[in-house]
Amino acid sequence: MADAKSPAPRPLSPHLQIYTPMLTMMMSIVHRITGSALYIGTLGLAWWLIAAASGPAYFDFVQAVFGSLLGQLALLFYTWALIHHMLGGLRHLVWDTGRGFELPTVELMARASLAGSLLLTAAVWLFIHLAMGGA
Amino acid sequence: MDMRTPLGRVRGLGSAKEGADHFWRQRLTAIANIPLTLFLVITLIIYGGADYAVVASHLASPFVAIPMLLMVVSAVIHMRLGMQVVIEDYVSSEGLKIIGLMLNTFFCAAVGLASAFAILKLSFGA
Repeated sequence: MADAKSPAPRPLSPHLQIYTPMLTMMMSIVHRITGSALYIGTLGLAWWLIAAASGPAYFDFVQAVFGSLLGQLALLFYTWALIHHMLGGLRHLVWDTGRGFELPTVELMARASLAGSLLLTAAVWLFIHLAMGGA
Repeated sequence: MDMRTPLGRVRGLGSAKEGADHFWRQRLTAIANIPLTLFLVITLIIYGGADYAVVASHLASPFVAIPMLLMVVSAVIHMRLGMQVVIEDYVSSEGLKIIGLMLNTFFCAAVGLASAFAILKLSFGA
């Protein structure tokens, strides 16, 4: 017997790059990516809350960071990630009831949640800049 | 020779009716997060750019502080469960996986407690 630990050279399952990219699989991994981004982003929320609890000087500093171009871009992405993850989560809640597994329905829900997340993010930021005069 | 009964052997090994706990808590916090994060987004839209005094007094109101606290608790439980699955799926080394799962819990507990402490401090003053 050779090395008993090495597995027999059986065919491996195909790698991801063999498959034609499809919207539904992109939505699946983006749900995880947005979830992970939201996870890291809670540091920003905690930081903002701690700043508010620390006093005006530190709060103004943190507000300036979030008000900078990079800060605003991060908040823009965070808004989209939050809305996209929420809409993706709603799809999962529909699937949890055993409904919506027909391929046309799956495809429709994928398109609707992607379009919905982009439109709602745009709506939120337009509202911030037009009605509230900046964030 | 094993003298234990079949029941004694399996005790502590199976799901013991907790198999769906992870799934259930993920869904429970997901549903709770819908109104709670909407509340957070609306709060940030209105008060995100406001002056310190306005933000501090707004966050100190019980009608804001209580939903914010609920949001923080629900969100950190939800994200701990989610990141746990991500780590279990992608980290194959057993040691790194256990370290990752521990750090995940530490991170979520720290973020949750820090946020809750800040909200409570604003509410109770000083």
